[in-house]
Amino acid sequence: MSFWRGVACAVLLLVVSVSLAANWLAPAGYAKQYREAAGSPPSHEHWLGTDEIGRDRFARVLYGTRISLLLAPGAALLSTVMAAVVGGLAGYLGGRWARAAMAVTDLFLSLPWLFLLITVRALLPLNASPMVSVLVTFLMLGLLGWTSAARVLCSSAGALRNSDFVRQARASGIRGARLFWVHVLPNLRPVLYAQFWISIPAFILSEANLGILGLGVAEPLPSWGSLLKELEGLVSVGEEPWKFVPLILLAIVVTSFQLVLSNRDEVAA
Amino acid sequence: MLARRIARHGLTLLVTALLGGFLSATLLRLAPGFDSDEAQLDPHLSSQSIEVLRHQRADQRNIFMFYARSLQGAVHGDLGNSISLRQPVASLLRERLPLTLRLIGVALLLSWAVVLALALSAAWLREFAYDTLATLVSGTLLCIPAAVLALLSVLWNVPGALAICLIIFPRDYRYTRNLLAKAYTLPHIVTARAKGLSEMRILFWHVLPVAGPQLLAVAGVSVSLAVGAAIPVEALCGLAGVGQLAWQAALARDLPLLMNITVLVTLVTLLANSGADVIGHVWRGQQA
Repeated sequence: MSFWRGVACAVLLLVVSVSLAANWLAPAGYAKQYREAAGSPPSHEHWLGTDEIGRDRFARVLYGTRISLLLAPGAALLSTVMAAVVGGLAGYLGGRWARAAMAVTDLFLSLPWLFLLITVRALLPLNASPMVSVLVTFLMLGLLGWTSAARVLCSSAGALRNSDFVRQARASGIRGARLFWVHVLPNLRPVLYAQFWISIPAFILSEANLGILGLGVAEPLPSWGSLLKELEGLVSVGEEPWKFVPLILLAIVVTSFQLVLSNRDEVAA
Repeated sequence: MLARRIARHGLTLLVTALLGGFLSATLLRLAPGFDSDEAQLDPHLSSQSIEVLRHQRADQRNIFMFYARSLQGAVHGDLGNSISLRQPVASLLRERLPLTLRLIGVALLLSWAVVLALALSAAWLREFAYDTLATLVSGTLLCIPAAVLALLSVLWNVPGALAICLIIFPRDYRYTRNLLAKAYTLPHIVTARAKGLSEMRILFWHVLPVAGPQLLAVAGVSVSLAVGAAIPVEALCGLAGVGQLAWQAALARDLPLLMNITVLVTLVTLLANSGADVIGHVWRGQQA
């Protein structure tokens, strides 16, 4: 394990642990309003101040981090599984299956990612409850984010299909699903790991973008997107620098994922 | 051969646009709330008027009929009406497209100028510190959500085109740097360097012919990135372009408007990618 990868893993572990301890570190919760202290700067009671309706910003950052860090890997797992099934199977079967799968992925990839997200998000009810909105947002990320990974997996599975050991397995009488599950899929594991790790920071950033545009997680549930939306009201950068804490935390987490990923890339290569 | 390639791209473009349109129409038709119309609740409308509205909605229930009608209208220049803005979609797109195209064009020019300058100098100098600094800057920009960059551009009074440039630059830089770095390690280029050829001659005679077609493909993809980046930038910087229109349509669930923008964006990105592929093909053909 390289030094920087170790540091990135330690940072991620720390951030996840702290966010999981949100119930103890901020027992009042993310929705409690301190109306007498609305919009106050950092103090002993509120380490990062309060937002415009008096909610403790530190608590919201902790809970928001927890939501993003728990659900983004979930969405990444879903998209990786979908990519493995669609792309892996299409590549393994080859011929018209591969062409059909690639046509579908081309169709999805012909739209910019953020545009695709806001289009699909608009098709779903916007006035959903906060819990439904958070699930819809991350489910949508998982269900739409598999296409580019499927392309990579399709070509990798296609290469494996014609490899010597698969031909030998086929000659030994192993056919169909068993050949795919036992011989092809395990050899796609490095690519799957890489795709999984690539998807997590991409989904975290996508959720943040959706949240700032008002199409992400609904209030009062916090997420990095809704926390960053606060930057919209700033007049100057130096005015309330503590409002940048979620952005700094997000940048640190995404950088850490990318550092972990840089090693995974080598594995996949 | 070239004509065949162009024809193939044209056919792919047409089929993808038609399929994309059909998919959008299907999603639009199946979206929750499609069957309901607020106008039906208007107490000022007579029962006959409400019946006519219901009849119109019933006509749209069959997805194929619905799409065929939309397509027929589109062929005649009628893209329907925006529900939220109560204006013809065609005129809305006509008004807003020039601004978006200008923004994207300037952003792409700026971005590619910076990307090529940085990536080429990194490949020439081969200085660890310089390369690390450029990678660090692009890596930092990659870690910031596009919408935050748009918000910061509002705070610092940065033009919208520059904000789009900052969003697409890190992605283009990474690909370009890697492509150029790989090209500079090719045996014939290492030999050319060892024989003392000037850097400019190596670049124009040996590196660009190898990396050029791939760089063109990256340029094609960067158009798609720029279109995506235009949404948060236009929405948050108050620029009345197609990106802002798409965002407003999404917030208002103006699905007919969104469907037309989807087809338009699909066409733009496919045209850019096909154009890059055809030019790359011509380039490779000339080399051969």
